[in-house]
Amino acid sequence: MNILVCVKQVPAKDAPLAIDASGTWIRETDISFETNEPDTFALEEALRLKEKHGGEVVAISMGPERVKQTIKEALAKGADRGIHVTDDKFYALDPLASARSLAAAIKKEKFDLILTGLQSDDHGFGQTGVLLAELLGLPHATIIMSIEAQGDHLRLKRELEAGWFQWVELPLPAVLTIQSGINKPRYATLKGIMAAKKKEIAAVTRQSLGVPEELTQRVERIYVPHKTKKTEFITGTPKEIAAKLVEKLKHEARAL
Amino acid sequence: MKILLITEQRDAKWNKVSFETLAAAQQIASEAKGSLTGVVIGQGVGALAAELAGYQIEEVLLVENALIEKYTPDGYAIALKQVIEQAKPDLVLFPHTYQVRDFAPKLAASMGKGMIGDCVGHRYENGKLIFVRQMFQGRTAADVVFQENAPSFASFQAGAFRADLAAKKSGGNAAVKPVNVELKPEQIRTKPLELFREAKQAVDLTQAPILVSIGRGIKAPENIPLAEKLAGAIGGELSASRPICDEGWLPMDRQIGSSGQTVSPKLYLALGISGAIQHVVGMKGSRTIVAINKDQNAPIFEIADYGVVGDLFEIVPALTEELEKSKSS
Repeated sequence: MNILVCVKQVPAKDAPLAIDASGTWIRETDISFETNEPDTFALEEALRLKEKHGGEVVAISMGPERVKQTIKEALAKGADRGIHVTDDKFYALDPLASARSLAAAIKKEKFDLILTGLQSDDHGFGQTGVLLAELLGLPHATIIMSIEAQGDHLRLKRELEAGWFQWVELPLPAVLTIQSGINKPRYATLKGIMAAKKKEIAAVTRQSLGVPEELTQRVERIYVPHKTKKTEFITGTPKEIAAKLVEKLKHEARAL
Repeated sequence: MKILLITEQRDAKWNKVSFETLAAAQQIASEAKGSLTGVVIGQGVGALAAELAGYQIEEVLLVENALIEKYTPDGYAIALKQVIEQAKPDLVLFPHTYQVRDFAPKLAASMGKGMIGDCVGHRYENGKLIFVRQMFQGRTAADVVFQENAPSFASFQAGAFRADLAAKKSGGNAAVKPVNVELKPEQIRTKPLELFREAKQAVDLTQAPILVSIGRGIKAPENIPLAEKLAGAIGGELSASRPICDEGWLPMDRQIGSSGQTVSPKLYLALGISGAIQHVVGMKGSRTIVAINKDQNAPIFEIADYGVVGDLFEIVPALTEELEKSKSS
């Protein structure tokens, strides 16, 4: 089974975010980046399917030079090769243009399965997988908690809301978005890291893919959210904080 | 501006978020001096269409077909594309449910259009509609605008609008108009099978008056007894954000958020929970929210009544001690 996994690089969870001069993105200098956590579950699922059914796992990512690190991590964990769609301003793309770019980059390839994480921790659009399926003419299913490959089709466990699940069947080839928590992503081994150095990362500029530049939507500005509630911050030593908090919960909020 | 609201039902029962989006759609229609049409899609859902027609709405389109009795992304996208082509709206609105995430971007793309998903609000300024959504897990907000010709597609997050503010129609219901759609069985590639819940929910967190909830800040399963002791002292149940249950540190039935339980206790203590939106939608209705987090910029503080910026490993034991002291005195 040949599998493509889409991995994105996003600011690290604890990176201090500052808004850049354009007002539409964050200052990238001085912060660290990491692989989008939801995508690590998709990668792990791809590697497990490969171990079970054979085939090749290809990791694709879009973004500036720094994104190579995320592809390298995927290769170190066991992906066979990488595709890097280079674009320094990929953050300004809308979900449709992003998906069109990825679709164009793999146009000459043939995959049985395409996996993405549920959503990215930066934009959080959560649309890439569904859009890729539509653009490639493939069936899809989202928020997947279990995959069983049965010949030419898949039996999948989809997560619905409020504790409900559903079994669905899909013919291959197909696109799936993977729910976080489906598996325990592996760490790269030293051997894997060494082996990754010999693996190929094919770079292609996004501009060369011939994807229309028009966007359907545009972020006008980003900002620190307006508070909807007035939060009373309680300060002091832990002991003082505890005493003040209990007092307030009892007599002010009447919650105790 | 002509607005089309796509409601959601399963087995002829509403997904209640539909009415939150109805409230949003009514508001936008009134600001933009537009009209609002509702859509009910499925099979055997005429009663729902009649109910929707009792709200402040121009017209209700009833889209029924045996091939969309059970939801599939293919069935819904193909059917709704036909509805949209007939109705010619400027804006199509959805509640941002798991199901909408599954088909709405596909539907929009099948018409060459984009979708602004998961919006938490909007502003109508100088004839321009601006959608507000969150980025970076709620650490920043973003104003987003469409730059394309109609129709545009957008969805509103659960809890962004109040369903009880959806206005009823005064005097006479709106007309319900059946719309025929053409579907062939071979167009539907997904085979939907049975719905089920995992092992019966052992804990009904919705009934707990006080919840002590832990997030990534708890760091390791060995630290959970700290929170358990606090829950014991305050008379609350222990709950968690999704990553804690994903790690297996607490069972899945302790999970609060979009994929877990939705609660509104009189007191919610969030310990080391950053406040990602998937968690917040499950608890923002709580009467009093206390957040303890080391990151003063954590989005949880946006909805907290009381906030403590600090180390939960110092504050939680002190709080447990204080509660025990006040109980015995």
